[in-house]
Amino acid sequence: MLTSGAIDCDIHPGVPGIKTLLPYMSAHWQSAFIERGMDGFDPASYPPNAPISCRADWRVSGGKPGTDFAQLQRQALDHFGTRFAICNPLYGGPMAVSETMGAAICSATNDWIAAEWLARDPRLRASIVVPAQAPHLAVEEIERLASDQRFVQILLPAAAEMPYGKRYYWPIYQAAEKYDLPIGLHTGSLFRHAPTSNGWPSQYLHDYVAAHQVFEDQLLSLIYEGALTKFDRLRLVFLESGVTWLPGFLWRANKTWRGVRPEVPWVKAAPAELVRHHVRLTMQPLDAPPDAADLGFVLDQLGSDDMLLFATDYPHWQFDGDAALPAGIDAGLVRKMMVDNPLATYARLGK
Amino acid sequence: MTRHVVAAVRDLPPGGRKLFSVRGRPIAVFNLEGQFYGLLNRCPHQGGSLCEGLLTGLVLADTPGEYRMERAGEIIRCPWHGWEFDIRTGQSWCEPDKIAVRQFPVQATSGQALVQGPYVAETIAVSVEEHYIVVEI
Amino acid sequence: MSEVLDRQTTKLRIIDSDIHPSLASERDLDPFLSTRWRKHIAEYGKLSHRPLAGRGTYPRFSPNTARRDAWPANGNAPGSDLDFMRRQLLDRYDIEVGILEPLLDCNLVRNPGLAAALCSAINDWQVAAFTSQERRLRASILIPFEDPAAAVVEIDRRAGDRNFAQIQLTSRSLAPIGQRRYWPIFEAAARHGLPIGMHIGGESGHAPSPGGWPSFYAEDHHVLVHSMQTQLTSMILEGVFEHFPTLKMICIEGGFAWAPNLAWRLDRHWQKMRSEVPDLTMPPSAYMRRNVWFSTQPMEEPERPEELRRTLEWIGWDRLVFASDYPHWDFDDPEHAFPCRLSEAERRAIFRGNAEGIYRL
Repeated sequence: MLTSGAIDCDIHPGVPGIKTLLPYMSAHWQSAFIERGMDGFDPASYPPNAPISCRADWRVSGGKPGTDFAQLQRQALDHFGTRFAICNPLYGGPMAVSETMGAAICSATNDWIAAEWLARDPRLRASIVVPAQAPHLAVEEIERLASDQRFVQILLPAAAEMPYGKRYYWPIYQAAEKYDLPIGLHTGSLFRHAPTSNGWPSQYLHDYVAAHQVFEDQLLSLIYEGALTKFDRLRLVFLESGVTWLPGFLWRANKTWRGVRPEVPWVKAAPAELVRHHVRLTMQPLDAPPDAADLGFVLDQLGSDDMLLFATDYPHWQFDGDAALPAGIDAGLVRKMMVDNPLATYARLGK
Repeated sequence: MTRHVVAAVRDLPPGGRKLFSVRGRPIAVFNLEGQFYGLLNRCPHQGGSLCEGLLTGLVLADTPGEYRMERAGEIIRCPWHGWEFDIRTGQSWCEPDKIAVRQFPVQATSGQALVQGPYVAETIAVSVEEHYIVVEI
Repeated sequence: MSEVLDRQTTKLRIIDSDIHPSLASERDLDPFLSTRWRKHIAEYGKLSHRPLAGRGTYPRFSPNTARRDAWPANGNAPGSDLDFMRRQLLDRYDIEVGILEPLLDCNLVRNPGLAAALCSAINDWQVAAFTSQERRLRASILIPFEDPAAAVVEIDRRAGDRNFAQIQLTSRSLAPIGQRRYWPIFEAAARHGLPIGMHIGGESGHAPSPGGWPSFYAEDHHVLVHSMQTQLTSMILEGVFEHFPTLKMICIEGGFAWAPNLAWRLDRHWQKMRSEVPDLTMPPSAYMRRNVWFSTQPMEEPERPEELRRTLEWIGWDRLVFASDYPHWDFDDPEHAFPCRLSEAERRAIFRGNAEGIYRL
């Protein structure tokens, strides 16, 4: 298999439900979730039965996508010959409106992943899911888990309550730099704001297609608020963003910066330069042009071979069969995407 | 190089700027505290008339959120897309090595020195008592 | 840019699909407003979806968002003086037809009666102040689109009047514009054969990003592009173009580098989730190719300029129209805006031919 030895930077073990997490919660939350009948914390960004949420041949019979450990091992790891795979659980911790409830779900999710996934297969690594609603609690959670080298990243939903460049979030970046943890932004939202600046679309398909926009918004915020200036070592990994939006974004960002730079004078390098230094992107899905011969042209416009990271996005339905690598990518870049770039991005993988 | 007399010094006081046509070229002349600088009056981006731009300073920051203004009056921003140029060097602020406006040497010269020639004065009569702005092309 | 190309452009007699006229004085609209609405405005203003009574949320980077050289000698607002506009734009660049796109508070004003009155007044004013005096200029029909029934009344009133070239919408609306409640507008547009000019901008009250409110104009100016993508995506997925196959829409001032990417993304995910939009009979990109055009302003400026040609090819040379955005600061000069080479045929299509077809000139 072409992907043998690859580092898969985005897979999604599924949380079956709150009940699974209860053993990892305090007595208060154990009883609160039961007494109040609280369940159903799957994010609206991935309705469990939506086609995107799971490839047909990767569905778990009688269960939610990604909830069968042996099946994930077989399909995501053995099948592709994966060396390491980074687990990014997408569950409702960061969406809960109560900060403390959100933090409780996040902590339980992390402890559950450590105990029931990481401990059972040495190929698995994970992101620390943190309550994006409450940066101070997010930092506490990072501090709690940072010594466990199997956690290689901090995971945030792409859209939160405020743009991520704002100082409110800077303590998270400080912790990220301190512990050599990249910040992973994954498609998803707290839905504190409408999914578009025109309100709420009628279709899920529209939501999903529009999901790349917020990556652009967050980049602008992180650049213009000065977060990328302040945290020079910070690495951002954009998970499931679609990738090919980036060149056009860079052109426009450079153009705007040249015109209005004095509004944000702490930005001393062109946005494209900052993006190439700080940002990495997983390559499933890759919104490729219909003609595979054009893909190399688009990827070349990223202006760097260091930015793309291999990912299957398992069990999300982004490709069929074994076609995890879209046609039209240069062999040298494939090698970098599968091994070199992930190792350079996730310092902890090499340890 | 030919010396072109474009105006009397008293017609362009410090902080002022004026557009001249010299041998068919539009040249914006700036007076920065008595020193004269000439720039081709075409932004290298889309050709905006720099002379009509905002004459301002350089907004800088050492740290996010803190603004300071330096070199007041030494930066011209294109009236169209706002590109910033250093009047003293012609260089753009955002990409000084790649993007710059063509400069022309400009001097203040006494009429006394000028009359010894050679010089060209198409629109102005030179007298020995005055000082003049001279563009070299 | 070479002298040769400059001359070719001039010979072309350009059609400019985005010129912004403005009021010389707030009182300019008075003759076209009833006493009731004049009094209302004097007392309550034009309540919209903003935190500040007197201005938009994001302060621009130049007064009136304008080129600094676009202020007429009389000191009135850029775009308000027809003679100056003739000299600085129409004559200077030999523009044969210019489409006016007023960006004045009207269609997103919260009071529906006031919104309708303002749209109608601005339509009258465009004719009185500009198009009746300058045959090269054509007006846009502003409509109170949040009240589609009233919008249709205004469209029906103006349709057939040669002063008007299109119906103008804004890229930000209270809901994605493809939704059913807006369809009477598209029905009227299709019935009259009027194109929709979807102009960037507007404040809807929704956060400019699903991630919240940015701090800077540098951000808002860029993320506005997403509202254009939203309108386009919404119209495709809700089936507007399926239902009104002759409808023409021009995305104005939203840039265009994103259009190929959006088409690829829409097609890719539609293939998997088409069960959610069963009314569509073609891939989303096919509607874009059939019903949608893009203005070239603000010009996209790739790091390697010649590569822009590939983006233009992907969109299609027949789907692009030149726009200057005069007198705004991000104005594109027709002689210098394109960073890449264009053949004579490509130039002819973008600067003139495509717009002739859309606006039936």
